[in-house]
Amino acid sequence: MDKNEILREAKTCVLLFGLVCLLSLAYPFFVTFVAETTMPNQAHGSLLYVNGTLVGSELIGQKFTSPAYFHGRPSAVDYNASNSGGSNLGPTSAKLMDQVRERVKQVRSENGLPANATVPADLVLASGSGLDPHISAASAFLQVPRVAKARGLPEFDVRVLVDRHIEPLQFGIFGQERVNVLKLNIALDELAGSRMR
Amino acid sequence: MLQELAYFAVIVVTLILAFPYGWHLAKVFKGEPNLLTPLLRPIERGIYRVCGINEFSEMTWKKYVATLVGFETLGVVFAFMILSLQGVLPLNPHGVSSFRWDWAVNSAISWVTNTNWIAYSGERDLSYMSQMLGVLVEDYISPSVGFVAIVVLARSFSRKHCPTVGNFWVDFTRAILYVWIPLGLILVFPLISQGVVQNFDPYAVAHTLEGGVQLIPGGPAATIIIYQLICEDGANYFANSMAHPFENPTPFTNWFTMAYILFVPASIVVMIGKLAISRDTTKALFSVMLVLFILVMPLPFYAENQGNPLLEKLGVQGGVNMEGKEMRFSMFEHIMYIIVGMAPANGSTVSQHDSVMPLTILTIIFMVVIGAPIFGCIGEGPMALIHYFIVTMFIAGLMTGRTPELIGKKVELREIILAGASFLFSSFSSLMTTAIVIVSAAGMAVLGNAGPHGLTEMLFAFTSASINNGSFMGGLNVNSYIINLMTPPCMILGRYSTLLVGIAIAGSMARKGQIPISAATLPVASPLFIIAVVFVVFVISALCFFPVATIGPILEHLLMTSGRTF
Repeated sequence: MDKNEILREAKTCVLLFGLVCLLSLAYPFFVTFVAETTMPNQAHGSLLYVNGTLVGSELIGQKFTSPAYFHGRPSAVDYNASNSGGSNLGPTSAKLMDQVRERVKQVRSENGLPANATVPADLVLASGSGLDPHISAASAFLQVPRVAKARGLPEFDVRVLVDRHIEPLQFGIFGQERVNVLKLNIALDELAGSRMR
Repeated sequence: MLQELAYFAVIVVTLILAFPYGWHLAKVFKGEPNLLTPLLRPIERGIYRVCGINEFSEMTWKKYVATLVGFETLGVVFAFMILSLQGVLPLNPHGVSSFRWDWAVNSAISWVTNTNWIAYSGERDLSYMSQMLGVLVEDYISPSVGFVAIVVLARSFSRKHCPTVGNFWVDFTRAILYVWIPLGLILVFPLISQGVVQNFDPYAVAHTLEGGVQLIPGGPAATIIIYQLICEDGANYFANSMAHPFENPTPFTNWFTMAYILFVPASIVVMIGKLAISRDTTKALFSVMLVLFILVMPLPFYAENQGNPLLEKLGVQGGVNMEGKEMRFSMFEHIMYIIVGMAPANGSTVSQHDSVMPLTILTIIFMVVIGAPIFGCIGEGPMALIHYFIVTMFIAGLMTGRTPELIGKKVELREIILAGASFLFSSFSSLMTTAIVIVSAAGMAVLGNAGPHGLTEMLFAFTSASINNGSFMGGLNVNSYIINLMTPPCMILGRYSTLLVGIAIAGSMARKGQIPISAATLPVASPLFIIAVVFVVFVISALCFFPVATIGPILEHLLMTSGRTF
């Protein structure tokens, strides 16, 4: 290749690269425009408002420690949504076993379970994203007596509430039965509020 | 049961749809009129005019390689600049700072080589500008470069005494214009409708029910995630790939993204047959891929459904290994994603690799070390498989005493040396770097887990870098000097030893004449040849890694069942 040819190819190289850069800016803006006009709720992150205040996202789990709320899964990042992540501990990790032993003990004592009771796996093992918004139905029902007691609500009412919040398989096919903890707790606040009035 | 059937159905339907789409791809790269021509041909001509491309001139393989390398180099420099300057560039609503140099080098090279070794956390470390001008630009370029390389190789089999292999600029423009843009525009909206975010808002401040504050991330996520899936690069927008609720919000997305991952690679296999004018090649490639795909299935299912006996002892119901897994997906869906996400070197995953069972990670490593020929990374996967074909033909030729030939072309010393070298390079780069780093103190310091699991972490990291898979076990501290600087050579060696060798072989194939099919020809689509290729895959690649696998995942599995922890 002579010098002129190399120069010509270099020019093509830069110009074509520039076009790809333009495309990479135009494409997201175009899709954002269409998405925000046709599906604003999803495009903005499925946000949940209570009395006009932003309380979180339907898809992002939240930290609950108070006995008066249903608790979500353990999170390696403490439900910090701007820094998601799992524990990355392997199946033979001693650290993981210590954590799980602690969590099992805590779940048993918080919910008044016998010392040899088994606990659902999702309630003591950290999620992959650290932001898992769901727990299993079993994990929710296990917390009903504690929550009812802390709220001064009849256990039956809380149990009915949980039952209403069990999400079935999507289209009857995909995923598994689960409970969205944030939505359940918002409903729980409403229930307790209406009782107080 | 319905769920299993649905997953089976989506894979079968995707593979069937790959045929018409593969024919479309072949037309695109032959420059024949196709469905999109009326719409895109004027734009294509405009691009050629603006960039000074003569669409009718062709390049020799050497010029093709030089052009490709030059273009990739520009990509690395540009990505490095974007990362080093992102702190001062616009569209940075959450105020991230610029990358340290070693980190920027690593990320830039990983994007350009289609490895997408994400040594950062997308929502924490990248601005919207870097996501677009860094990740998205290379989401267009790197798979297109892989694409044109496999196009060149396939096309060369149908050429006779031809000194040239094609025009890089033309092939490249067509890949972006006719493949990635239309697919991206159509397939992105189902994702958004399920809840994948797509906005330019600053992170939303939520006041949690218990009175805390939570920052809800945003950004142009869907437009990046769509290419992460269809381009097999796995450049996840958020830190933990498809586990993040904003990347994979519902079980439905989990299901239909299976099709996204498999669709283009499967279509490429069909395209190869059309371009090489050899239907048998498509048959043979598909058969080998399917055989390998079925072979890797059982082990992860066995391992994950078995549960972890150590957890069961602590009082966890059934010892179910929910660590690093999400509640909205069933165990079956997690395992399907492990297999379908990792087999084509996509690297998207729902389960955290560091927390899956040892035998699952063994399967993942196996899928990666064989060069990801199961549908495969765009370009590199099928190319690796064609290299296996060449080696198999050579071995078969030695055994029967005939001159080996492939798709009507004589396979000679040069091709065999090149194909063999391509495997040696990638095995060498992954095993040697693992060995060097694991014995150093700095290497031991970055491990996230102890015992055999730590060795697996290191082995997987360098193997995945060498095969351009790009996922790693998250416990490894990847943003450290040693990992940032040791992985880029592996990525470069792994990618270009496959791609450039492929183009070099294309150069010599195009120059050769075609030999007529005779009784002495070993047909590639015969069961005998397919079985032989599968054996060669095992012997050449898997056996290289067997010794280290025994003291990594296999040892960990044995120790786990006997109750040891580290």
